[in-house]
Amino acid sequence: MVYQNENCFRLNHLENSWDIETYVANGGYEVWKKVVSGELEPADIIEEVKESNIRGRGGAGFPTGLKWSFMNREAPGQKYIVCNSDEGEPGTFKDRDIHRYNPHALVEGMAIAGYVIGASQGYNYIRGEFWEPYQVFKNAINQAREAGFLGKDILGSGWDFDLHVHLGAGAYICGEETALIESIEGKKGQPRFKPPFPASYGLYGKPTTINNTETLASIPMILAKGGKWFNDLGVKNAGGTKLYSVSGHVNNPGNFEVRMGTPFKDLLELAGGIWKGRQLKAVIPGGASTAVLPAEKALEMNMDYDSIAKAGSFLGAGSVIIMDDQTDMVKAMKNLSHFYWDESCGQCTPCREGTGWLYRMLTRIVDGKGRPEDIAALKDVSGKIMGNVICGLGDAATIALTSAVEHFEHEFVHYIEHGCSIYDRT
Amino acid sequence: MVKVEINGQVIEAKEGDMLIDVADSAQISIPRFCYHKKLSIAANCRMCLVDVEGAWKPLPACATPVTDGMKVHTNSPKAIAAQKSVMEFLLINHPLDCPICDQGGECELQDVAMDYGDDVSRYSESKRVVGDKYAGPLIQTDMTRCIHCTRCVRFGQEIAGMMELGATGRSEWMEIGTYIEKSIDSEMSGNMIDLCPVGALTSKPFRYSVRAWELKSHKGIAAHDSIGSNIILHSKNNEVKRVVPNENEAINEVWLSDRDRFSYEGINSEERLTQPMIKKNGQWKTVDWETALQFSVEGLKNVLADSTDVGVLASANSTVEELYLLQKMARGLGVENIDYRHRQIDFGMDQHGFHTPLLQDSIEVVEKLNAVLLVGSYLRKELPILNLRVRKAAMAGAKVFTVNTESFDFNYKVSNAQSDAGMVFELAGVAKAVADIKGAKHELVADITANDAQKVIAQALIDAKAASVFVGQISQLHPDYAVIKRLADLIAELSDAKLSILPIAANEVGAHLAGFLPKNGKNSAQMAQGMDAFINLNIEPEADFADGDNALAAMKAAKFVVNMTAFDSEIQREYADVLLPVATFAETAGTFVNANGLKQSFKMAVEPKGEAKAAWKILRVLGNLFNLNGFDYVHSNEVLQEVFDADTSAVKFSEIAIALPTTNNDAKVKLVSPYQMDAVVRRAPSLQATPDANVETMGRG
Amino acid sequence: MSSSTENFIQGEVKERIDRWIAEYPEDQRQSACMPALRIVQECHDGYLTTDLMDQVAEYLGMAPIAVYEVATFYGNYNHQPVGKYQINWCNSISCYLRGGEELREKLEEKLGVKTGEVSADGKFSIKKVECLGACGGAPICKIGKDYHENLTEESLFKLLDELE
Ligand SMILES: Cc1cc2nc3c(=O)[nH]c(=O)nc-3n(C[C@H](O)[C@H](O)[C@H](O)COP(=O)(O)O)c2cc1C
Ligand code: SF4
Ligand code: FES
Repeated sequence: MVYQNENCFRLNHLENSWDIETYVANGGYEVWKKVVSGELEPADIIEEVKESNIRGRGGAGFPTGLKWSFMNREAPGQKYIVCNSDEGEPGTFKDRDIHRYNPHALVEGMAIAGYVIGASQGYNYIRGEFWEPYQVFKNAINQAREAGFLGKDILGSGWDFDLHVHLGAGAYICGEETALIESIEGKKGQPRFKPPFPASYGLYGKPTTINNTETLASIPMILAKGGKWFNDLGVKNAGGTKLYSVSGHVNNPGNFEVRMGTPFKDLLELAGGIWKGRQLKAVIPGGASTAVLPAEKALEMNMDYDSIAKAGSFLGAGSVIIMDDQTDMVKAMKNLSHFYWDESCGQCTPCREGTGWLYRMLTRIVDGKGRPEDIAALKDVSGKIMGNVICGLGDAATIALTSAVEHFEHEFVHYIEHGCSIYDRT
Repeated sequence: MVKVEINGQVIEAKEGDMLIDVADSAQISIPRFCYHKKLSIAANCRMCLVDVEGAWKPLPACATPVTDGMKVHTNSPKAIAAQKSVMEFLLINHPLDCPICDQGGECELQDVAMDYGDDVSRYSESKRVVGDKYAGPLIQTDMTRCIHCTRCVRFGQEIAGMMELGATGRSEWMEIGTYIEKSIDSEMSGNMIDLCPVGALTSKPFRYSVRAWELKSHKGIAAHDSIGSNIILHSKNNEVKRVVPNENEAINEVWLSDRDRFSYEGINSEERLTQPMIKKNGQWKTVDWETALQFSVEGLKNVLADSTDVGVLASANSTVEELYLLQKMARGLGVENIDYRHRQIDFGMDQHGFHTPLLQDSIEVVEKLNAVLLVGSYLRKELPILNLRVRKAAMAGAKVFTVNTESFDFNYKVSNAQSDAGMVFELAGVAKAVADIKGAKHELVADITANDAQKVIAQALIDAKAASVFVGQISQLHPDYAVIKRLADLIAELSDAKLSILPIAANEVGAHLAGFLPKNGKNSAQMAQGMDAFINLNIEPEADFADGDNALAAMKAAKFVVNMTAFDSEIQREYADVLLPVATFAETAGTFVNANGLKQSFKMAVEPKGEAKAAWKILRVLGNLFNLNGFDYVHSNEVLQEVFDADTSAVKFSEIAIALPTTNNDAKVKLVSPYQMDAVVRRAPSLQATPDANVETMGRG
Repeated sequence: MSSSTENFIQGEVKERIDRWIAEYPEDQRQSACMPALRIVQECHDGYLTTDLMDQVAEYLGMAPIAVYEVATFYGNYNHQPVGKYQINWCNSISCYLRGGEELREKLEEKLGVKTGEVSADGKFSIKKVECLGACGGAPICKIGKDYHENLTEESLFKLLDELE
C-alpha cells in the first residue's frame, strides 16, 4: 500500500484546508506556541530537524538542520528567513499547492525557522504568476496576525516576527537563492558568486537562511511528531515524505505526497499510468534539470536520492516528467534547451553564449538541417558549459540533453541522416 | 600569512586574498576580462578559471580566496580546457574583424585569443548583432563587440558614482548600454574607454585616426587641474593623438578626468598660432622670430621709458619655468604688476601676504577622512580626481557637508547647508556652532546664532578622527573670499580639522613658488582697470577674467601688448601688437607643482606646431635682449633650480581682523565651466559638446 | 525623462505602490521596484514606456537605467502594447508533451493573430512564456491573473468566447 498525504498535504481532503480554523483544529500552531513560550529551544529544534533527516526540497537536497546551524542566532543585527516559492523549473508545481491548500503550515514553518536563526523578519518569494496562491498566502498571514501568531510580542513572549511577500515577475533564475535575494533587493535576478554565502551575506547584506516552500512547510509536523517519526517514514539518506509533481503522458497528472523510497512504479500507478494505453519511454525524475532515464531504468528505481542517483539521475525537486513511447526525444530536448536559453540570466559567458548555441543546433537538427558533426558538438558544447559557470542553471542546461544524447543517440542520428524524426513516416 | 602553491611555486599570501592577485604578484599570468583591481568582483566572464586541487570544477581565480596549503594549476589540462572553452564562447558572437576595429592592437580579447583561441570557429549559426545608441561626444559605442564583462557598468556605479550604463535584458539579449538615446555625462566617463577590454567603447575623438601600434608614448603631467594626474600622451607624426592615464596610486590611481583626457584636441586646433606676427600701422604681418622679439622689446622699452605701469599676466596652467622667467624678466625691468588670479575679485588678504593654496592631506589620505566640509566648491567638476577620493571616503561612511552658493549635483551623499542667508552666513553659523560646542567665543561670529543643520556639521567635524575643510573654487570666485577663508580657518582651528585652500589650476602652487604674484604691484583686478602695456602669457582676458569686458577694454586701451599665446584669435588681433606663438603643455618641457606641493617635471612629447616655441625659451631670449642678468639658461632644469630654493608661504588667517559682510553676495559669483577654464580646453571641440561645457547644464540644481 | 510629464504615480497607483514600499526596510525603497513596475503596467493597459519607468525611478530614488535593467530582465513586463486580454501561453516541456504547441497554433488560427502580436480589434494578444508552474494541468495558459488548465480546443475556445 502507498501511504499518501502524511505531511504537507495532510489537510488537503478537508474543505477550507487553507483556513486557520481548519489548521488550528488539526493541531496547527501548537509547535509555534511551544517555541515562543520557550518550551522548545532553538538548539533542540535544530537537533530534531537534523534527526528528521530532511533534505532541502528545492532541488539541491542540502540537509536542512545543518543549514540552520550555520546561522549564529545570537549575533547582533537584522537577520532574515526567506522562503523560496519561485517554483519555475519545468515539471515542478508542488509549492503552488502548498500555498493553496496548506498555507498555514508554511507560515508556521517560516516563523519557527525565523525563531531558530534569530530572524524577526521573513520574506516569501512567490513567483509573480502565482496570483491565486499569493492571495491565499496573504490571507493566511493576515489570519495568523489576527490570531496573534505573527507580529509584535507574539503571545506575550517578547519575540517579534513578521512575514512579507515578494512577487517575482517572470524569471526562472530567481529560484536560485542569491538571484532571489538580488530580486528582493529590487535588482535584476543575477546570481551572486559564492562565497560569501547567504548565511553570512544575504538579503540586504544580512545573514539569511533560504529554504524551499516544502522544506519549511514540513517543519511543523516534524516538530509535532518528532524528527524520528519523520525520518522513519523514509529511507536511508532520505527522511520523511516528499511531494512528487507528476506530469506529462500520464492519465492523472498531479501532486502526490508519498514516502521517500516509494517505488517509481507505484507513483506512476497513482498518476493513472501512461495515457492512451501507451508504454513508458523515458522519465525525467527530478525536473528539467535532471538527467533523462530510459524506461527500463526508471521502472526499477525507488523515489529517493540514492536510488535515483543509482539509476543515473537526481531526485531534484521531485518533478517527474513522464514521456510515452511516441515521444520525439530530439524535439523534447529542443523544447528544454529553449527554456534554458530563454532563462539564462546572461552574466556568465558559457551560459549566455552556450545555451543559445545548443538551442540553435537542436533547432537546425529538428528542421532537417543537421550535420554529422552536430552530435559531437552537442556533447562538446555541453561539456564546455558544465562546471564553468556561476550557478546551477548553466550546468542544468546541459544535463537532460547530455543524457538524452547518451540514451537516445539513434534518434538524433536519424534526424541528421534523414532530416526527420524516427516517428515521421517518409 | 598563508602558503599557496601555484604551478609548483610556493607563494606567501594574505589569507583571503584573491587567487588572481596572488598569482599576479608572482608574475604568473592568468587571463581575465571582468576582473579589474579597482572594481568590485563580478566573476562573470569566467576567463580566469583555474584548476584548484580538491575542487571538482575549475574555479575563477578572481573570486577564489586563497587558503593555506591550496594547490593551484593555471595551465594544467583542466585549466587550459576551461579557459579555451570560455574563449570559444566569447568569440562565437564576436566579430572577427580586428583589422577594422579601433581597438585592434590593444585589445585584451585579441591578446588572450592568441593564447587560448582556436583558429577556426566551429560556430556556424548566425552571429548576434547589437544596435548602437548615441552615447555623447566622447564615447563611441560598437556594442556588437561587447563581451559583457560589465566593467563599464561597475565603473559607473562604483567609481563615477553615477549609473549611466547598465546591462538590460537577459541571456543572449543582455545588452550593455544606456537603453535609451542618452549621452554619458560623467566628468570621468573616458575611463570606461580604458576599462573596456575590447572595442565596444572607444574614444570618439580618437576614432579611426591611427592604429595603436603606430603610436609613440610620452609620459606627461595633466595640465588642467592641480591634482597633477600622470598621463601618457600618444603621438603619431608629431601630433598628439590621444591622452591616457599613467597609473600612479598616490595621485590619480588608474583614472583620468575627461578634461585632462580630451583637452589634447585643443593642441591640434585649427586656431593654433604657428608663426610670430606683429602689428604695424594697424596691419598684421607674419615675421621671423628675431623681428618679432626685437619689435616686442622696442615696444616695451618705449612704454617703460616713462612708466612701469606694465601688466604681466599669465595663466596658472603655465609651467613653473615659464612663470618664473616671466616674473624674473618683469622684475628685471622694474615691473611689479604680476598676477595669475584673474577670476578672483576679493584680494582683501593680500596685504597680509600671499597664502599658498595647498591641499593639506595627501591625495591618498583624503579617502580615509571621516568628515569633510566643502566650502564653496563644486569639487566634482573642479578637481574630479580629488572628488573621487572624497567619494571613496563618503562610501566608507565619512560625512560630507557643503556650504555653497547653490546646491550642486554631487555623486555621493552631501548634507547641504545652503540657505537664503548666503554661504558666508551659513559658514559663520557653522563657525559659531563649533565655537559654542567648544565653549569658545569669537568676535567675528558674536552676533550669529547657529541653526540645527549648522550644529550637525559642527558636531561631525569635532567628532571625526580625521576631518578636513576644503575651500574650493567657488570661494575663490566669491566677493567675500577673504572672510570665507577666515571663517573656514576658524572652523578648522576650533574643530581640530585641517584647512586646505584648494589650488584649482594646474600650477597655482608653482606660481606661488615662482613668485608670480604682485608683491609690490597691482593685482589682476587692478590691472584690468587699465595699464600702459601688457605682457600676457597663455591668457585670453575676455574669458579668463572675472570681468572679461573690463579686462578686454584695458587691453585695448594699452599702448603696447605682447601676447605669448598658442592660439590666434580675432579678439587678440584687435588689442595686441605682437603675437608670439608658444608651445602648449605637450610641446614643452616643464614642471607643475600639484596641490600637495609635489613637483612633477615632464619632457616635450611633440614638437611645437609650426614655428611655435617653448615659452621659457622665448623668455630667455627676451631677457637677453633686454640685457638682463641671469638669462643664460641652456636647460629648463637650471631655471627650476632657482625656483625650488623658494618655499610656500602661509598666512596666519587667525591674526587678521576682518568683519562679516552686510549682504549676501552669492549672486555675484560667476561660475566657470570646467571646460572653459583655459585656452586649450576651450578649443577641445568634443569637450565643448558636453553638458559640462556650459555652466547652466553642469549639474546645477 | 522623456517628453511626457504627466504624473502617473498618484492617487490609487501611488497608494498601491506605497503599500509595497512599506513591506521592505525603510532605506530599501528600491525593493519596491518590481511591484511598482507591475502596478504601473497594470494601470497602463498592460505595458510600460520609458516615461513610466523614469517615473518609477524618480519615485523610488533609483537611476533610470537601474529600472530599465529590472524592467527588461523579467519576462512579465511588456514594452509594447498588448491586447486587452494577453494570453500567456506556456511553452515548456509538460505542456509541450500534452499538445500545447498544436493547441497554440489553433489559437492563432482562431484569433487570426500570431504569437507576439495583438489582434486587430485590440482584444487579444498571445505571448509565449516559459513554464507556469502548473504542469499537472497541462496544457495551460494564464490570462490576466487567472490560470486555465487542462485546456482542450473546446474549453479554450469557449473560454475565449466568454471574455468580454
Ligand atoms: C537555476 C536554479 C533555480 C532554482 N529554482 C528553485 C526554485 O524554484 N525553488 C527552490 O526552492 N529552489 C530552487 N533552486 C535551489 C535554490 O538555490 C536553493 O538551493 C533552495 O531554495 C534552498 O532551499 P532548500 O535547502 O530548502 O532546498 C534553484 C537553483 C537554481 C540553480
Ligand atoms: S550560469 Fe547562467 S544563469 Fe547562472 S549565473 Fe551564470 S549566466 Fe546566470
Ligand atoms: S576575470 Fe575572473 S571571471 Fe572574469
